Amino acid sequence: MSSAATLWRQLRFERRLFWRNPSAAFFNFILPLLLLFLVASVFASDPEELDVLIPGIAGMAVMATTFSALAFNLTFLREQGILKRMRGTPLPVPAYFGGLLGSAVANALVQVVLIVVIGNVVYGVDWPRDPLSLAVFTALGVVCFGALGIAFANAIPNFDAAAAYVNLVFLPVIFISGVFYSADSLPAFLEGVAQALPLKHVIEGLSGAIVTGAGVADNLGAVLVIAAWAVAGTYLAIRYFRWE
Amino acid sequence: MTEAAIQVRDLRKSYGRVEAVKGLSFNVGRGEIFGLLGPNGAGKTTTVEILEGYRQRSAGEVTVLGHDPASRDRRLQERVGIVLQSCGFYPRVSVGEAVQHFASLYPAPRDAEETIALVGLEEQRKARTAELSGGQRRRLDLALALVGDPELVFLDEPTTGFDPAARRAAWGVVRRLGELGKTVLLTTHYLDEAQALADRVAIVKDGMIVAEGPPGELAPGQPTYRVAYDSNGRRVQHETDDPTDLLHRLTSDALARGERLEGLAVTRPTLEEVYLELTEEDER
Ligand SMILES: Nc1ncnc2c1ncn2[C@@H]1O[C@H](COP(=O)(O)OP(=O)(O)O)[C@@H](O)[C@H]1O
Ligand SMILES: [Mg+2]
Repeated sequence: MSSAATLWRQLRFERRLFWRNPSAAFFNFILPLLLLFLVASVFASDPEELDVLIPGIAGMAVMATTFSALAFNLTFLREQGILKRMRGTPLPVPAYFGGLLGSAVANALVQVVLIVVIGNVVYGVDWPRDPLSLAVFTALGVVCFGALGIAFANAIPNFDAAAAYVNLVFLPVIFISGVFYSADSLPAFLEGVAQALPLKHVIEGLSGAIVTGAGVADNLGAVLVIAAWAVAGTYLAIRYFRWE
Repeated sequence: MTEAAIQVRDLRKSYGRVEAVKGLSFNVGRGEIFGLLGPNGAGKTTTVEILEGYRQRSAGEVTVLGHDPASRDRRLQERVGIVLQSCGFYPRVSVGEAVQHFASLYPAPRDAEETIALVGLEEQRKARTAELSGGQRRRLDLALALVGDPELVFLDEPTTGFDPAARRAAWGVVRRLGELGKTVLLTTHYLDEAQALADRVAIVKDGMIVAEGPPGELAPGQPTYRVAYDSNGRRVQHETDDPTDLLHRLTSDALARGERLEGLAVTRPTLEEVYLELTEEDER
């Protein structure tokens, strides 16, 4: 069996599992959309706010579907002994993680597309000005937050604590990274923290792609920060990985 | 291909300063059902998980089907089936789907339906794994370990927590593995299980093998028989190598006194007594 076929089968298996877990599906799909509708309904008349909100929610969705979902998932799989069981089979490790990551990536892509479409159809935000840049920053965000999610799972002691750990990171980060409003009004210290973290840069890239038309070349600083976190995340994910 | 399926030479494993396995050596022949028998904490799981490739040994030599399991060679995993001591599964998958998915991970799997039947889960084929009882879950573990049609099967405490009926059923499956020519390495702290299933048993205590051989030959040489009866409300016990002579004397005396030897019994020390004796804490 070729590795591509193995990976594809594993990915389909993960997708089937995903749809069978309603609470995870809710967390992944409904929550970002719900936030979009709620916040947008407050600012519905202000196009400038919507121009901030659409890329902001898209960036948040990328983080939720990859970082949060994988940190959660892996903690569960580890605690249940499922990781250990899969490790005892001939399934290659890359295929197994390819399936897990691929499933998270699929969720992220669907989300970004949904948010962009809803932004246009419901709120009259223009179609993305730079689709290539949209694809690049979505891909960068997915890789970066996917790696960080796996790395973060290494630090979560058990599944009961997973929600607390994940939200302890997720909520402050979306708050300071300009998901719901322009982050320019933050105190300098928080602004500095947000600049050092990847989400703000993913949102900047998405904002360029969707709203201002700034392409990848105009956002090389953002690319660099995201790539650096991706490398660090990958290293930490592998270095401290716990099968059981 | 005539070499043993498993060879273990002076295996050692330390966790920090605790030495859990202190120099184990044994071989398991092809097609043999080998039992590692010992109380909790003896080092059985440590040993088995080193052989499965989950843990790194501290010292010693280990060969499984000609491979060093520490290398985690995929070609070895394809030939080995593993039932871990405790291990969950995706809760929202049905038994049928689980077995089918695992079958797809192996190059030459058994038929999934037939494997489900082998472990007796036909009725639960459509049930989600989260709905299974403890015994049924263990049988699923067994099915998942067998569906790749492995040559060698590791079973770490396969029936712990089973009710007697479930245990009998599981024993049936293990015997069937033997009939199919599989090599089985089984750990248990149930003596009757080792006795019922294993061709050969090694009794492990504190990370060391204290006795090894076919279960029937593990009984101690002396004394071979025990004769017991009730007299004046007390249990009287004699140990002897020649029960014929002893019984003759006891019954003649009893007849002469006009006494009945209530509860007269002649027994051989069971493996259980050997096991308890061998694994007893040295309190003296
Ligand atoms: N991962 C571990 N870390 C530290 N100590 C361990 C670990 N696993 C087992 N031990 C210790 O090693 C000894 C043997 O354990 P184990 O191999 O599980 O025995 P058994 O399976 O025979 O019950 C025990 O004292 C146990 O506490
Ligand atoms: Mg054990």
